[in-house]
Amino acid sequence: MELTREEERALQGEYGDGLKLAYKILVSIGNANDATKLISIKWAHISGVNFNTIGEAGVRFLSELDKETKVTVTTTLNPMGFDSKKDNNISEDFKANQHSIINSYLSLGVIPSFTCIPYEIFTLPKKGEIVSFAESNAAVFINSILGIKTNKESSLSSLASAITGKTPYSDLLIDDLRTPTTSIKPDIDIQTESDFGLLGYFAGKIAKDICVGLEINSEGLDIIKSKAISAGIGTSGMCGMFSNKNNDCEKISFGQTELTQVKDELNTAEKGDLIVFGSPQLGLEEINLLGHLTERKKFKKPCLIFCPRSLTECNNKMIRKLKKAGADINCDSCTCLTPLITKNDYDSIVTNSIKCAYYMKHANKIDVSLKDMKSITKEYCE
Amino acid sequence: MRKINCKKIVGGKAQGLALLSNKPLNMLSMFDTKTGQIKDKDHDLFNQTLKNKILIFPNCIGSSVGAYIFYSLKINDVSPKAVICTNKCDIITASGCAISDIPLVDGTGASFESLKNNTKVTVDADKQIIIIHTV
Repeated sequence: MELTREEERALQGEYGDGLKLAYKILVSIGNANDATKLISIKWAHISGVNFNTIGEAGVRFLSELDKETKVTVTTTLNPMGFDSKKDNNISEDFKANQHSIINSYLSLGVIPSFTCIPYEIFTLPKKGEIVSFAESNAAVFINSILGIKTNKESSLSSLASAITGKTPYSDLLIDDLRTPTTSIKPDIDIQTESDFGLLGYFAGKIAKDICVGLEINSEGLDIIKSKAISAGIGTSGMCGMFSNKNNDCEKISFGQTELTQVKDELNTAEKGDLIVFGSPQLGLEEINLLGHLTERKKFKKPCLIFCPRSLTECNNKMIRKLKKAGADINCDSCTCLTPLITKNDYDSIVTNSIKCAYYMKHANKIDVSLKDMKSITKEYCE
Repeated sequence: MRKINCKKIVGGKAQGLALLSNKPLNMLSMFDTKTGQIKDKDHDLFNQTLKNKILIFPNCIGSSVGAYIFYSLKINDVSPKAVICTNKCDIITASGCAISDIPLVDGTGASFESLKNNTKVTVDADKQIIIIHTV
């Protein structure tokens, strides 16, 4: 990889330990991915905020970063482990580690957004611009729906890019590589957000490359469905983008058999003791839909909803309605690797989210009943 | 002595005894970070420790936060002296070795089949050379 004279100096440590380490991370990743150079970015979105994701090693690494180190581009943060403004049944040890992580990131000058859907909250750079996004659902969404370019970054690579304002020029940043080599062709009429999520999950598994084809009509794809596909793809593989560009590539059909096959993998219970919405966090459209579906009704089981704090702060009528229906609204956090839902309290949950189902099953070891939002409100509200 | 060309991913030079595997490693789920031992019964390196070894393996798989496990091994003084990826080097291994100051090279294309565990190996990432020392 070619470095400019300035980049070389920074890598040698002439501009401080923080920049030296950040360049070292980017150069190693650039070497691994056959990047030819570093390129400037307009935004970074960092993952690895929840203590459950980065653990004690992450806490220590972040706390040992040079205190003079700052981010040089607009940088947003993924969710942390719990809602900072609520009393949670979280251990003191977890809280202390979580606060250490947050303090480390704040000292770098990031925006404490604690959201995994920055594309629904912020005005992001324009189509065609290059960014460094680590949250997998967000990376897939902005590449595929908004045409903003990012590789599927990691906690460390997005952090290094936030500090340097640069990323290795490789893979999905190169226009010629944003074309699928395998395409999924649905043979069935997919209607619900959960089934779109399963389509994404299937596509992510099958994809041999960084961009997978989905032969679906983009006009029928609203934000809820696009988000479900993006989160599904982000959960199951290394793929960072989907495209419905019609090109000559290998076609794989997605019919009832394939749908049932991936559903059976994640849907392990008939019913749930807890209703969970929000992985990725719910955005305005989903909150509105859920509010309508539960109007003048009550949840029959406890219901946890995860959404960005900004949605609760604008005197949102729907949030008030959902609270009235008995929902417990949680900000700053998400279901992915949450310490809030444990096997001690619940044997099973019901959710419409593929990402939530996957992490509940694999990380929290809790059974999942997978249903779409409409069916859940029909069955679990009265 | 046999010299093998390789590609530098993280610079540095180290010498140690080879620890070989044909299987990828999932950093996040397989390690005891206190001892550096692999704790996955299905892995061919089960109960082996990476401490002071030259790890020769295909690549890492799983969550990218697995990179912090390399850092954990380093601060617990049980990390490998150098790492050689025999498949395409992935970003978990690359960023993990970068923050832990572990020399790392991509040895894709080279044959390590005749190499046995505990053979002395030198990795010179800066010169992009691996030296296999014969006894």
